[in-house]
Amino acid sequence: MIVTKNLIRTFVTGDIVTQVLKGIDFESKDGDFIAIMGRSGAGKSTFMYQLSLLDSPTDGTITIDGVDTHTMPESKRVEFRLTYFGYVFQDYALLPELTALENVALPLLMQGKKRAKAYKEATTALERMGLGHRPNNLPSQLSGGEQQRVSIARAVAHKPKVLFADEPTANLDNESSEAVMQIFKELNEEGQTIIMVTHEEVYARRAKRLIVIDDGRIKSEEKLHHKH
Amino acid sequence: MLPLSVRIGFFLAVRQIRHASLWTTSLIIGVMVLTFLNLVVVSGILVGLIQGSIDQFRAQSTGDLIISNLTDKSFIENSPNLLTLLDTIPEIDSYSARYIETGSVEANYQTKRAKDKPNIAGTAVTGIDPAREDSVTGISQFVIKGSYLGPNDFDQVLIGSYLLKEYFPVESPGLQVLDNVDVGSKVRIQVGGVLREFTVKGILKTKVDEVSRNAFLVDSQFRSMIGRTDGNVDQIAVRLKPDADPAAVRDTLIRAGADTYARVQTFEDAQPKFLKDIVATFNLLGAAFSSIGLVVASITIFIVIFINAITRRKFIGILKGIGIHGRVIEISYVFQSIFYAVIGSGIGLAMVYGLLVPYFARNPIDFPFSDGILVAPIDETVARIALLVVSTVIAGYIPAWMIIRKNTLDSILGRK
Repeated sequence: MIVTKNLIRTFVTGDIVTQVLKGIDFESKDGDFIAIMGRSGAGKSTFMYQLSLLDSPTDGTITIDGVDTHTMPESKRVEFRLTYFGYVFQDYALLPELTALENVALPLLMQGKKRAKAYKEATTALERMGLGHRPNNLPSQLSGGEQQRVSIARAVAHKPKVLFADEPTANLDNESSEAVMQIFKELNEEGQTIIMVTHEEVYARRAKRLIVIDDGRIKSEEKLHHKH
Repeated sequence: MLPLSVRIGFFLAVRQIRHASLWTTSLIIGVMVLTFLNLVVVSGILVGLIQGSIDQFRAQSTGDLIISNLTDKSFIENSPNLLTLLDTIPEIDSYSARYIETGSVEANYQTKRAKDKPNIAGTAVTGIDPAREDSVTGISQFVIKGSYLGPNDFDQVLIGSYLLKEYFPVESPGLQVLDNVDVGSKVRIQVGGVLREFTVKGILKTKVDEVSRNAFLVDSQFRSMIGRTDGNVDQIAVRLKPDADPAAVRDTLIRAGADTYARVQTFEDAQPKFLKDIVATFNLLGAAFSSIGLVVASITIFIVIFINAITRRKFIGILKGIGIHGRVIEISYVFQSIFYAVIGSGIGLAMVYGLLVPYFARNPIDFPFSDGILVAPIDETVARIALLVVSTVIAGYIPAWMIIRKNTLDSILGRK
């Protein structure tokens, strides 16, 4: 469970002070699938970076499973990100010199798993994403949709508590975007908590909760009901 | 078992090197090779210039051991017993007993008019057993004109080239050389009060003063010239068998009492102090030149790794973002630096020991006072490799550390 209280993030550039998040109170539960929407510059990505510990708030608190992350040193945050979270970025963020399998296996190796075990779990994750036949391809040898699926495989291979996705469909065609959203749906049905930032309402409405951020504040929150 | 961060760092380094541009990798390794050569060869040539002189001095003059008179004696007393002792030492391959006096050699005296300046030069005059001397110093191979002495070549002399104007055209008030002397010329040699005429049988030319500024006669004739009938000699040059330790043989001789009548020295002991000083100075100079090369290589590696890390800043951010510790990424850059330094040094090693050292041994650099070789002792080379690797690792670590400590999100998003 992630809880934020009065979350504030301010950027200072020379004399210009910009408050991007203006006191956000938020709570997510295990098994949630939350879509965060908002116009450009509203603060939705900044909010997700705070939740995922990629950035630190200027003020306010973030508690993850009862652990206050405010005073956490960077080394601890790195460990937290490695074990608790998985990330899917808009531009896939795969390491170009590693194969698909190695990209997926890297966090598993970093967790101290033996090479054989890490590669086996990475293979399973790739197979699940429909890429079991391309483990040895470099990212440059994969299409955008395939790269994003490798990225998702990397994010979920170590079974994180929360999967963060930052505009995961922004660079994909409709078919690939549908495939990604289908994977998210299946993962969530299996209990995976997902927090996704998107500007595409059609995909945002596939989540269970839709939060709209505007001018650094939560403007609205909606529970979405789907027929299964 | 290696720590996890080292294993993952190595994994990342290998992947990065494998996919790096071949040109960039070749360029960096090329710089490393040049730096290594600069470290080893510059000082090696400088020291080799003197080492060549030392080696020649040993080969052509002192041998492995040199036995000479005590400072308060004019010759080695009890020489016959000492020579008998030398015959009993198994490590000794050969030795040459020498009679050495200072004297003068004069040419063209038959045609000289009363007002003419005499064609005369001061010189050391050495009486030798030609065969024994040749077995120790091999000086017969340095006869450039005429021929070497035989055992019965009485009234014949080998003249060093530094005594002849033709080979040593020096005009100096304190240094006289003989003009118009060639093989077959008659010369007069005066030692003490004795003056005798000789025919020049051969001309010797080496870069060792002790040989080239000398006149060699057959010992039996020279003994009668200087009136030495007791068998005592002035100097004994000793050649040891291969692998024999000169210091050990010296100590054996001293233990046997040889130092009672003579000074027993290894070739190193007998080296003039100024030679040792020059070697030390050249080592220092070589180190100074090399350190400049080392700094240049370090800066090159720094720039290359810095540019690499800057252009990969986003991926470094992603690595940190997905939970790879900064230490792991630093280690991966350290491994890359080690790779460049080790490969560069390896190629440099092969070039030095496989190519340059044998080449300079076969084709020494022709310096006026020595045949310069390339001196590259293994222990010093290993120390220089270690120095290169350490410098490279530091030069590779610093830029990686600078980039990695930047904010993770800023790196991912490409923000400054």
